[in-house]
Amino acid sequence: MEALHETGVTVHPATPDRTVGGVLPRWVALPESTDEVAALMRVSAAHDLAVVPAGGGTKLGWGDPPERCDLLIDTRRLLLGNGSTVEHSAGDLVARVSAGLALDVLDSTLSRFGQELALDGVPRTGTVGGMLATAVAGPRRFRYGTARDLLIGITVVLADGTIASSGGNVVKNVAGYDLGKLFTGSYGTLGVITEAVFRLHPIPADRRWITVERVSQAGAGHGTAALVTELAAALAEPSAIELDRPDPLGAPTLSALVEGVAAGSRAETLRRLMDGYGSALITAEAPAWWAVPPGADVLLELRVPPAAAHLALRAVAARGLPARVRGSVASAVLRVALPADVGEAAFAGFVTGLRDDLRELGGGLTVLTAPPEIARRVDRWGPSGALPLMRRIKERFDPDRRMSPGRFAGGI
Amino acid sequence: MSAKTLDEPARRFEELLGPGSVITDPVRLRTYECDGLTHHRATPGVVVLPESAEQIAAVVRICNEYGLPFVARGAGTGLSGGALPRTDGVLVVTSKMRRILSVDVPNRRATVEPGVTNLAITEAVRDLGYYYAPDPSSQQVCTIGGNVAENSGGAHCLKYGFTVNHVVGLEIVTPDGDIVELADVDSGYDLLGTFVGSEGTLGIATKVVVRLSRLPETVTTLLAAFEDIERGGRAVSAIIGGGIVPAAIEMMDALAVEAAEAAVACAYPEGAGAVLIVELDGPAEEVAHQFGEVTRICRENGAFEIRVADDPVERAAIWRGRKSAFAAVGRISPAYIVQDGVVPRTALPEVLARIDGLSREYGIRVANVFHAGDGNLHPLVLFDDAEPGAGERAEIVSGRILDLCIEHGGSITGEHGVGVDKSRYMPKMFSDDDLDTMQLVRCAFDPRGLSNPGKIFPTPRLCGEVPGVRKGVHPLVESGQAEHF
Ligand SMILES: Cc1cc2nc3c(=O)[nH]c(=O)nc-3n(C[C@H](O)[C@H](O)[C@H](O)COP(=O)(O)OP(=O)(O)OC[C@H]3O[C@@H](n4cnc5c(N)ncnc54)[C@H](O)[C@@H]3O)c2cc1C
Repeated sequence: MEALHETGVTVHPATPDRTVGGVLPRWVALPESTDEVAALMRVSAAHDLAVVPAGGGTKLGWGDPPERCDLLIDTRRLLLGNGSTVEHSAGDLVARVSAGLALDVLDSTLSRFGQELALDGVPRTGTVGGMLATAVAGPRRFRYGTARDLLIGITVVLADGTIASSGGNVVKNVAGYDLGKLFTGSYGTLGVITEAVFRLHPIPADRRWITVERVSQAGAGHGTAALVTELAAALAEPSAIELDRPDPLGAPTLSALVEGVAAGSRAETLRRLMDGYGSALITAEAPAWWAVPPGADVLLELRVPPAAAHLALRAVAARGLPARVRGSVASAVLRVALPADVGEAAFAGFVTGLRDDLRELGGGLTVLTAPPEIARRVDRWGPSGALPLMRRIKERFDPDRRMSPGRFAGGI
Repeated sequence: MSAKTLDEPARRFEELLGPGSVITDPVRLRTYECDGLTHHRATPGVVVLPESAEQIAAVVRICNEYGLPFVARGAGTGLSGGALPRTDGVLVVTSKMRRILSVDVPNRRATVEPGVTNLAITEAVRDLGYYYAPDPSSQQVCTIGGNVAENSGGAHCLKYGFTVNHVVGLEIVTPDGDIVELADVDSGYDLLGTFVGSEGTLGIATKVVVRLSRLPETVTTLLAAFEDIERGGRAVSAIIGGGIVPAAIEMMDALAVEAAEAAVACAYPEGAGAVLIVELDGPAEEVAHQFGEVTRICRENGAFEIRVADDPVERAAIWRGRKSAFAAVGRISPAYIVQDGVVPRTALPEVLARIDGLSREYGIRVANVFHAGDGNLHPLVLFDDAEPGAGERAEIVSGRILDLCIEHGGSITGEHGVGVDKSRYMPKMFSDDDLDTMQLVRCAFDPRGLSNPGKIFPTPRLCGEVPGVRKGVHPLVESGQAEHF
């Protein structure tokens, strides 16, 4: 299209590997600056083009398929104003990064200074922007929080091409609304994230994992539940407490991570605690399943109040499907994987039934990814009393519904 | 709006809440004319003291009927004029909503009404081995509702974060009077995180679910005295650079120490040009190791005296001077302005030197108390209000300090909020587009601009109608599982 080319940004026809939830965009643009993104968005506004921002494409199948998608904005060539992809202020433990930066590149830049962005459980080939837009987080959320907790500034381009920033370069800052919170987990429905500023942490001096395979379910305290409670309150302060249950009828494996100085002796303390539930092993390496999603094709996320995690596990088992559960059990954010061939009816039944069970427990369920064939009739997001407010936000930010339309909760 | 136009709504409030919960008497109204920033004053049109979310929702709906602005107020300790009332509107005070609704240790959370004080939460759970981490110095009186509105921090937020990192659920009354729950387990936009820190402009929090933190195994507090601020500052940089994240690192300069001494006889080391307080907490072995590192770093950077506290009594003695600092400057100066700005920590030495320069240039003393770990400055700008022109000069110095923060890539407020006090500085930190975009959020929540108007933003945005071109039909809508907007 003429007008897109006139922006001077590299634009070419989309190839099939760039489909978004099965929808093939018409063009892919590769802007190199926030200003170029703004130029693309202005053209899109003038020509009523629907836009989906994308990074490494590791989660383009997440969320609902967009109602339409004319232009895919690939952020991977984006640079900061100074022409770089990372501005690292080591002394301040802060980094400003381009949204298109791959996490593994960021990791290696920061690690030279003994620092890190304390967010795991995200594919390192993915981009910063993609991680923010989907709000994924891994085991260490128990100690460090999730992306929203570590993000201290953001720059976005809105549907009409307006460039807006909030927050800044300092960790402590309460000036103005925090647009970073709104955009984290917004699945590209409010605008394009082009820059992010993060609070960093020193890389821990040492790490140990303490693992119990097949946690004994005997005794008064429901096994898993009691152990998780003890670990979460342990004065040795684990940074993460993860569970893996490969099959609904089997006992789960539990693993805790301790980080920092004296990790070895703190791990020893936890080992003694965990030994009561099976035989606990200390390792310097993470278990193979650690921070890896339990599956790729059909993946759900369950969230309940922490003490209800074991009840959520029981609810999953009671559904009778071969579901693998894995996740941050002390934070009660669990991922469930189902076989790709689960079938439309069984899948719908599983989601609706489990969602009702979880609601009873004060929680909820999101379908992160599932092929459209089985998820067509399923509400991937679940109900929320705040949906009317969310719709009003969307109307203000994107009145023409051109940003990833239909990809998000409630058809937003 | 004349007082008369408020007569009818006031009567409606009385019917709703009972006469004892509505204040219209001019003398009693004056109790509420300002918050902790006492030079901004306005007598509220009416004050209401509701006891439940339903009552607040009903009050807000009546406000909507009459187009009346409303302002929420907790304890009124805010330092940016956030709770400054409207003479033509309603002040909604949460002081009758002070119940701790539940303490749920297995889930590590407590559910409280908005008028509960920050400290009351910790007191309710301390014996169970838990506490509520954000600890503003005003924690004995300030309310959790105010904390949510301001995203309050405290000395320990360096390691543990701010209110927003510890609130897992909210019940709010929206600006048009609906009761809505925002929870971290919900899918969709993070409206919970968006609401926290919105300074009462997106509605009123009626219930707050906070995360409780485990009391650490060990706490060690250390006080180090340096000849001057530069040396203290270098020690701070070396501690952070060494990969240590203390629970708190606080610094006071000579003038602030002098004030604290005059007020509470804290007996900090004599001749100190800077006093550094470092608190380490966590597993015993980790703390022991870090303590060794921190003392070594302080010595290497010229600390001439180091004191250590291992128990609560000694710890309180170390903190006494720091905690009294704000009030204490009253002992050495008839009047003062408390400033709140942030700079990247690495810019601290230069910014402090420039503040010193400003102080000389204008003949205005500045006592520096600050959260050194995160670069949050609280300069206390001292002046004699009896001296002609001194107040104006102090205002200039105070404003120029904010300019310095902005120039160094920092912020005009680290924890006290924008309120009415700093809205005019917002355009220095943010572009018009930034501010307009933030106001899109405001318009979504509060299209009529009734919830705490005149705060944060220098110029309100007219929300108007959204044109809204609607396209396509989402399958969920088709199947009747969702309604379209
Ligand atoms: C001596 C002193 C020390 C202080 N130290 C610190 C500190 O260390 N860290 C820090 O962050 N702050 C500090 N403060 C500032 C102040 O205490 C905090 O901002 C506190 O959170 C305000 O709480 P409050 O209940 O007094 O709120 P108020 O002053 O009554 O109100 C503050 C704002 O919150 C809004 N609000 C109140 N309740 C609600 C509600 N339920 N829903 C929605 N909005 C509401 C008001 O409209 C207003 O905008 C200090 C203040 C003083 C006087």
